[in-house]
This record gives sequence, C-alpha cells and structure tokens, in this order.
Amino acid sequence: MAVITFTIDDIQYSAHEGDTVLNVAHANNIHIPTLCYLEGLSPFGACRLCMVEVEGSPKLFPACTTKPAEGMIVRTKTDRLKKYRRMIVELLASEGNHQCAVCVVNGHCELQDLAYEVGLDHVRFPYLFPNKSLDATHKEFVIDRNRCVLCTRCVRVCHEVEGAHVWDIAWRGINCEIISDMNQPWGDSQLCTSCGKCVRVCPVGALLEKGQTVGELRKERSFVKFIVNARTKREWITNGIEEDE
Amino acid sequence: MKPRVATAWLGGCSGCHMSFLDLDERLIDLADKMELVYSPIADIKKFPVNVDVALVEGAVTNSENEEMAHIIRKNTKFIIAFGDCATTGNVTAMRNKFTTEDISHRAYIELADKNPRIPDEYVTIAKLLKNARPLHEVIKVDAWLHGCPPTAEQIWSAVTALLQGQTPVLSPAYLRYG
Repeated sequence: MAVITFTIDDIQYSAHEGDTVLNVAHANNIHIPTLCYLEGLSPFGACRLCMVEVEGSPKLFPACTTKPAEGMIVRTKTDRLKKYRRMIVELLASEGNHQCAVCVVNGHCELQDLAYEVGLDHVRFPYLFPNKSLDATHKEFVIDRNRCVLCTRCVRVCHEVEGAHVWDIAWRGINCEIISDMNQPWGDSQLCTSCGKCVRVCPVGALLEKGQTVGELRKERSFVKFIVNARTKREWITNGIEEDE
Repeated sequence: MKPRVATAWLGGCSGCHMSFLDLDERLIDLADKMELVYSPIADIKKFPVNVDVALVEGAVTNSENEEMAHIIRKNTKFIIAFGDCATTGNVTAMRNKFTTEDISHRAYIELADKNPRIPDEYVTIAKLLKNARPLHEVIKVDAWLHGCPPTAEQIWSAVTALLQGQTPVLSPAYLRYG
C-alpha cells in the first residue's frame, strides 16, 4: 500500500490509506481542537472545530474527515483558524443555555475546555436563550437539551457501538434537537438498553446520570476505543488507551 | 490622587462581592491604594462621577439594573463585568425561558405564604425585562472576570493590575467559568 507524504505545519508526515489529517496530527502530538470527534466512532464533521487550511484552496477542511493526499500542505494554527474556532465556541455558547455554575460536569466539560483554549473572555454574539426541553423520564438518566451542542456522539455510539439506535437528530438549523425513539419520552423507549454509553460519551452535561449535582459527573470516554478495538481486532487491551483524567 | 473604585450589584446573588471580601487582609492594602467611592458594602446612596474602575456584578435583569448600567457607563472609565452572571447571564438568565408574567405568578402567587398578590402597583419595585442579559449586551464593557464566583485570587490579580494603571491581562489560569 502506497505511503502518502504530506505536510502539517511545515513538517512532513507519512500517512496510509484510511488515515485522516486529524489522526495523523494526533499521532504526532499536533494538537487540533475537536468536539464531535471521538476515537472509536465514525467521524462526522459536525462541530467544525478541527478545521484546517489546505494550501491551494480557499475553503477550510475538517481534519477529522479529510484524507491526506500526496504533497498536501496543511496548516492547523493560522490566525484565520484561531479566529473561526473562537467564533464556533461563541456560537455554541450563544445557541444553548450553558450555566457552568449549576452543571453536573462543571470542571470536567469539553466545551469549557474549548472555551479556555480559544481564550473566550466573553461571547460577542447575542445570547439566544432558546427554549429547550429536558427529559427525565428514563429511570437512570436525563437528557437536558439546554446543554446539548449537537455533536451527535450519543447518536453514533448508540447506533454504531450499542446497536440500539435510540437517538436521532430532528428538525433543521437552529431548531435541531436530539430525540429518542421518534420523539417519544426516553423512559418509554423500547430500544434503549440503559447501557449508559450515550451519557459517557457526551462532551457536556446534556446527558447525565440521575442523582448527581454540580461538578460531580466525570465521564470516561476511552471505553469506546476499547470496545471497538476488541470487537474488530479481537484485542482486549487497555494499554495505549489513555484514560481521561 | 488615589484611583476611584466602585463596585455595583445588579442581577446577581452578591456571591461575587462575598468573594471580594475573601481578599481578607489584602483589603487593608487596597484601602491604602484606592478610594472606594460606591459599593453595596459601603453606605453611599448615589453612583458618583469620575470613577476610574467599576466592578459590576450580576446580569441586567430588570429596569433598575438597566438604568444603573447606563449610569455606571456614563461615569466610569474602565468597567469590569464581575463574575459569570455579568459575563454570560448565568443563573440569573435561567428564567429567560419563562415569560415575566409566569415568573411573577410563580413568585408572588404560587409560592406566597399569605396574601398572594402581584405587587405591580409599587413603583419602587423594578420591572423585570423580557430577558436577563449579560452586561456587555447593554453597555460597553472593558474586561471580564469570570467565575461563579470569581476567586479572591482572580479579583486580586485584576484589581492590582488596574491600580498600577495597567489593563488587567488575566492569565489563562484565571479563565474559568462556573
């Protein structure tokens, strides 16, 4: 199989078929911010935080779904990208109802971490304060759509790993929401196995376990990589799978 | 002349001011270096003119907050949004998904121990705005101090920088919501 040579931030790297710009970057300790991406799940390109510049194109490309090509020149840290990444976090903040002070994942939240990474001192767009719903009908879990960033990790982990396909995306544009079972209460779902995978992969506090209060929920997400590895390669190893802190 | 410093309390819980008091013995140093010209912890009735720095806690949630925010802006050189409510709306803005009528009904009728009645005939009670908003959506803000509440260390870092005539550049370690 041919090896592809391409450049990220002025240094040459090799890639193989099936690689993405993002996994080559991560494998070489080049940090590209992500939100919807999670190792073990199919890349989706929803959040646009991993956008990179490719020389010769005015467009930006999501690193998670872009395949390296021979001679491709990729830049990951330009001022333009930094500007857009901050704007993306600002839009996420303004389109939801994110009150860190009363959130179960306060201090262990991927959206908070991104806000700090992009230096988000305040949000320049007007807050929309959307009227989102909360579903606590499930006996163990809650979905609070106020905090949802529509990364679709829950949709993908339920479909691809658990095989239950409880979650879907409904409506369009600003009205997009995660729904269970054709927009029925989660507690009534006959598909849900109550496995909790969706709760564990959620980057924010939108999916949570009942009985937890501010800052108490710490999510461990590397299990997805472990399960997928075990299933596809028959390797039951945790070595090299970094634990979330 | 010592810098003239004000602190104000809009739609918040006063937690940010409590955190300010957590400066403890450093408050004594501050008292030497600045003049506190307006604050909920000082008995001064009217927001003065020629204020150098104002720390403004809370979201803008009612007509009084809105009027006060404009008075502060008119009379102050450098305004810091003090805490998460002033920066994002935070907990104060959680009421935004309800109508002001529903909120008043909840507060004054459903939860009343006795004499359930909406006090809308009192001109001294400020009217709720449709939405509680972060301070910078109402007036120009010069810097943001996050946290619910900001820690005494964050406050110290910002205030000492300002007293030395510098714009506070908060270290990334102090960028912390919640």
